[in-house]
Amino acid sequence: MSNTILTVDNLHVAFKTQTGKLTAVRGVSFDLKKGETLAIVGESGSGKSVTAKSIMQLLPTATTEVTKGDIVYNGESLLKMTKRQVTNLRGSEISMVFQDPMTSLNPTMKVGKQIMEGVQRHEQVTKAQARERALDMLKLVGIPQAENRLDNYPHQFSGGMRQRVVIALALACNPKVLIADEPTTALDVTIQAQILDLMKDLQKKTDTAIILITHDLGVVANMADRVAVMYGGKIVEQGTLDEIFYNPQHPYTLGLLQSMPKLNEDRSQPLLPIAGSPPNLATLGEGCAFAARCPHTMTVCHTYTPRDTVSETGHSVACWLQDPRIAPSEEAAELVETGNSSL
Amino acid sequence: MKRYLLQRIGFMLITLFIIVTATFFLMQLLPGTPFTNPEKLTESQLAILNAKYGLDQPVAIQYIQYIGNLVQGDLGYSFQHEGRTVTSMISDRIGPSAFIGLQALVIGAIIGLVLGIVSALRHNSILDYGSVTLAVLGMSIPSFVFAALLQYYVGVKLEWLPVALWEGYSSTLLPSIALSVTVTATVARFIRSEMLEVIGQDYIITARAKGLKENQVIVKHVIRNALIPVVTMLGPLAVSIMTGTLVIEKIFAVPGLGEQFTLSILVLDYSVIMGITIFYSALFILVVFVVDIIYSFLDPRINYKGESA
Repeated sequence: MSNTILTVDNLHVAFKTQTGKLTAVRGVSFDLKKGETLAIVGESGSGKSVTAKSIMQLLPTATTEVTKGDIVYNGESLLKMTKRQVTNLRGSEISMVFQDPMTSLNPTMKVGKQIMEGVQRHEQVTKAQARERALDMLKLVGIPQAENRLDNYPHQFSGGMRQRVVIALALACNPKVLIADEPTTALDVTIQAQILDLMKDLQKKTDTAIILITHDLGVVANMADRVAVMYGGKIVEQGTLDEIFYNPQHPYTLGLLQSMPKLNEDRSQPLLPIAGSPPNLATLGEGCAFAARCPHTMTVCHTYTPRDTVSETGHSVACWLQDPRIAPSEEAAELVETGNSSL
Repeated sequence: MKRYLLQRIGFMLITLFIIVTATFFLMQLLPGTPFTNPEKLTESQLAILNAKYGLDQPVAIQYIQYIGNLVQGDLGYSFQHEGRTVTSMISDRIGPSAFIGLQALVIGAIIGLVLGIVSALRHNSILDYGSVTLAVLGMSIPSFVFAALLQYYVGVKLEWLPVALWEGYSSTLLPSIALSVTVTATVARFIRSEMLEVIGQDYIITARAKGLKENQVIVKHVIRNALIPVVTMLGPLAVSIMTGTLVIEKIFAVPGLGEQFTLSILVLDYSVIMGITIFYSALFILVVFVVDIIYSFLDPRINYKGESA
């Protein structure tokens, strides 16, 4: 446990809307260990980004609120810190890379300056030293002719190069945790691979822990040590990469894996979608959020919220099918089997 | 860049030419002639005057002559003030107008910026609603209404500032304030909406995620980016001030260009009307041009050099 750098415990985040509070994150818990990569996957609206932003406390306070739970960084609760303390951590201890590199850089500021700003904010350095650091960072993320590029504006870079700049900016102060919120979603596939390789490479050099938020299972397979699957504002399954990919326990995880196109299968074979659509968070009550779409629904699923069932290896699933209090059914056994055979 | 500038200057000249032509012919449609007769001139006296100023020629000939003179920089003589050139009349009158106008621009820009920035930072607060209401009032109530109110309350009742006339710096204040109301309102509304837009941009979250303090984020990232487009407002603002002076100078009896302009229209002083119109148009066209050039320096995404962005 001493290895754990960040703990999110039973986090609840609500949006204040005109019709009342809408809870978008409904009890998310996970640990992040030093130097590891945790992927948080889930479809749009499952609460991935909200979770990430609430760690950095970047959600607008006028409309959002952490209603329950805690976020602990290095033994200290981020939620109990003063605004000043949190600001001091941002960028220096915990950094973030955003989804769209086209909009996440200030268009009227030279990129060198944008990197220097963070360095000058957190470290006692002269302007020249900060500039030196910015240059080193641009070289580190593989931007050619970095010396000349320092004084360029964001619009003079391509999308992939901009994301490299954003990564350089995020890593400039050697943070312990990097939160990457869909860092490759806005990039084309070849650039995606480059950026992911870059992140992996940098992680090895700097030993930064990464929280990778994505809906792309391909990215997950490539990057993650552990995976947390989110659905309806909760983590429904969490385990190592192998556990999630080769031994998925939750019907939703299974559905996600089955809906991926496979290269070795007949192309005329249609993709297997998960029937139905994501839940409306405003009307979610007790019971499993996935019950309405689950092919294995039982009566209990609609009335009681499943608890996490944790295996010895730490593989946890929030599903009644896996709950020891329910007698192991044929259905459950069958599900596990189909899960294995399809992969 | 050079190519772009030449092209722009070409278009500016064409625009000016169209304005000159349109004004010239529209003016002919005004009822009456410059010498209709308050002084009970005889037919022969009128004929002499018309001949002196070339008004006995067909309109087309007059037009060609006017353009010919204009190209040489000659705006002609006033029809009403014996022996005075239009150029000298403009240069005599421009001082007070320019002073009032610039002072109004400065007052309006400063108050407008402060109001706009504060209301964006306190979005949806009473402060915000208050300044938005003020801005709407300022934009919808014409400046001469404010002028009359200022004259009555500040000038007559409180006797703080002179009601009218042009006697020292204190007489410039009321006309400038009356003129600045529209500027304040326009700038406040504009900067407010620009700020709100910038605050919602992703790069502001990036700036916060870097750990910058809130005031650094606001000053370096929000206000800086919100201010750039405000420069584009200079053109429309210059127009509103120019048109504003027409009425304001009359109300405050300021011996400025606007007052001269209204006077000349009343007595159909053709050459002066033409001269001031050309002067105002040229000034406006120039302001727009300068704004575009300044903009390219402020916003790195815009360049006229034809390089690929």
